[in-house]
Amino acid sequence: MPLAAEKIITRNWGRPDSWTLDAYKGTGGYATLEKVLGMQPAQIIDEVKKSNLRGRGGAGFPTGMKWSFVPKDSPKPKYLAVNADESEPGTFKDRYILENDPHMLLEGIAIASFGLGVHTAYVYVRGEFRFQAERLQKAIDEAYRAGIFGKKLLGRDFALDCYVVRGAGAYICGEETGMLESLEGKKGWPRLKPPFPAVVGLFGCPTVVNNVETLAAVPAILQKGADWFAKLGPDKSGGTRMVCLSGSVNRPGVFKVMLSTTVRELIESPDFGQGMPPGRKVKAVIPGGSSAPVMTADELDVALEFEALKQIQNMAGSGGVIVMDDATCLVRSLWRVSRFYAEESCGQCTPCREGTPWMTRVLRKLEEGRGEEGDIETLLNVAQSIAPYPPMGLGQTICALGDAAALPVHSFVVKFRQEFEDHIRLGKCPFGDKPWGHYGAMTA
Amino acid sequence: MASPLLTAEEQRVFDDRLAEILSHYPSDRKSAAMLPALHLLQSMKGWLPPDGMEMVAHKLEVSPERAYEVATFYVMFHIRKPGKYVVDVCTNLSCSLWGAEDLLAYLEQKLGVTAGESNGTWTLREAECLASCGTAPCLQVNEVHHENLRSRAAVDAVFARLKPAS
Ligand SMILES: Cc1cc2nc3c(=O)[nH]c(=O)nc-3n(C[C@H](O)[C@H](O)[C@H](O)COP(=O)(O)O)c2cc1C
Ligand code: SF4
Ligand code: FES
Repeated sequence: MPLAAEKIITRNWGRPDSWTLDAYKGTGGYATLEKVLGMQPAQIIDEVKKSNLRGRGGAGFPTGMKWSFVPKDSPKPKYLAVNADESEPGTFKDRYILENDPHMLLEGIAIASFGLGVHTAYVYVRGEFRFQAERLQKAIDEAYRAGIFGKKLLGRDFALDCYVVRGAGAYICGEETGMLESLEGKKGWPRLKPPFPAVVGLFGCPTVVNNVETLAAVPAILQKGADWFAKLGPDKSGGTRMVCLSGSVNRPGVFKVMLSTTVRELIESPDFGQGMPPGRKVKAVIPGGSSAPVMTADELDVALEFEALKQIQNMAGSGGVIVMDDATCLVRSLWRVSRFYAEESCGQCTPCREGTPWMTRVLRKLEEGRGEEGDIETLLNVAQSIAPYPPMGLGQTICALGDAAALPVHSFVVKFRQEFEDHIRLGKCPFGDKPWGHYGAMTA
Repeated sequence: MASPLLTAEEQRVFDDRLAEILSHYPSDRKSAAMLPALHLLQSMKGWLPPDGMEMVAHKLEVSPERAYEVATFYVMFHIRKPGKYVVDVCTNLSCSLWGAEDLLAYLEQKLGVTAGESNGTWTLREAECLASCGTAPCLQVNEVHHENLRSRAAVDAVFARLKPAS
């Protein structure tokens, strides 16, 4: 049975000039916006609530609920901040939404803004997405000319402006309050919460922060109805989702999957990953971006869905599924992941600032064959002091980057302890100069 | 005498664009335009010289330290003059699983510069995940993205298309 899911967000991809206003309108684009302008704003929020749409940026927070936290009677302006920072290692879906169908995102932004009473939306696009930012800007320009943005929203008495803001290379600006600081023209230091952005956000005003994929799903929900969307998924989680498959599989890429699709199906199905490289088996998989705990080959029958992954002390995160085959060195892999968090820690909290480079140093020592008795305990202790796991709880830090740095270390070391001990026992990496698995070497 | 930061014509272009950017923000929030203003200056100068950061700070009515603090926080801002081409190679996990370490080593040899360093022509850096893991490995040259660089031939083709350094 083919596993490919009903196309929602990807329905226009591959059509000629799919990123233009004409192409988008040609497939019914902006008709839903026209329709919702006849609804009460509260009805829009209700529909999104009923759809069980959950945020696709990482935390999986119910979108309708987040929207309902915005105070109705605030005298201050309200803002929508769209998170197009896409920097979680292993995640590359928002890139293709921006490239292939920016108007679907813009229609989602317009619907959300009308529902929330927002008159200014900022799309924060990671700095490295220059091409995507330019394409989005062109789409916004088209939408202004078409009377979607500007003083009147499709002729109604509702002003709506939409601006692109480029980041400049900092993972932490994907964290919602780091992003707000950056939008305010500062370095991206996350804020202590509460207050949450819905109440005190950009410029001290109520602000909804949503991921690109989350908002791109909104037009379809309002078009086809909350029930349709909710029924596509399990109990608490509506719709289908985009997953990003990378690492050691035959066909990496972005795939639209049902929320019931398992990690194993994603890797093996001819519709998706098309299996492991010749002669290789799965050793380890990270299911939700590099911040998620690692899973072993025995855990692959879990669905790529928020609650299912939570039950096995893991997380669906950003939908970035990274596969490592049995010829891959996991100490080397973890060292690289750990180096990322040390590099990207903003430095505000002591456990994160000091712990991330410490873990990186120990991992390097192990990989370079200088490991000693006690190093593994050190790794676990440092990880534990940044964020206790399991059970997955709240960390001791201002933002979840601390947790994100600790979870991989803890899970890799506990689940694959033998491999770490082998490095110490042998005094070298057992994989020699080929640590990166089947596809991990360059060809002529 | 040191040459001025921008010519009169360039300054006019800068000021016009900055005025447009400032119209995106509440009037009492000029400093919010810090990132766009630094991007704008860098696109004109190729980097952010100290007097440039001061100029931006002055226009946004904040102290020069604020501009400097922001410029140093983000890896894409160059507070030292980089080579003509800035090459950012992703070596994060998914790219390494498709040969990014070899790619970096090949570039060090091909461009004659060590990762993290710069000669007049090339600045070669390791980058974090560029959200292109499905088309790994990848790199950017002056903010232009190149992907699927699995072979030396593919890499050579990218660099053959660059204009020769003048
Ligand atoms: C360190 C860190 C990095 C994050 N990076 C991103 C990102 O690049 N893109 C994104 O949409 N969300 C990211 N998030 C999640 C955001 O904080 C926020 O939850 C999300 O944008 C909310 O949108 P959603 O409810 O639509 O998912 C990150 C979170 C953390 C802690
Ligand atoms: S947890 Fe780390 S990244 Fe987050 S605020 Fe603290 S120091 Fe910064
Ligand atoms: S790991 Fe290189 S682009 Fe994601």
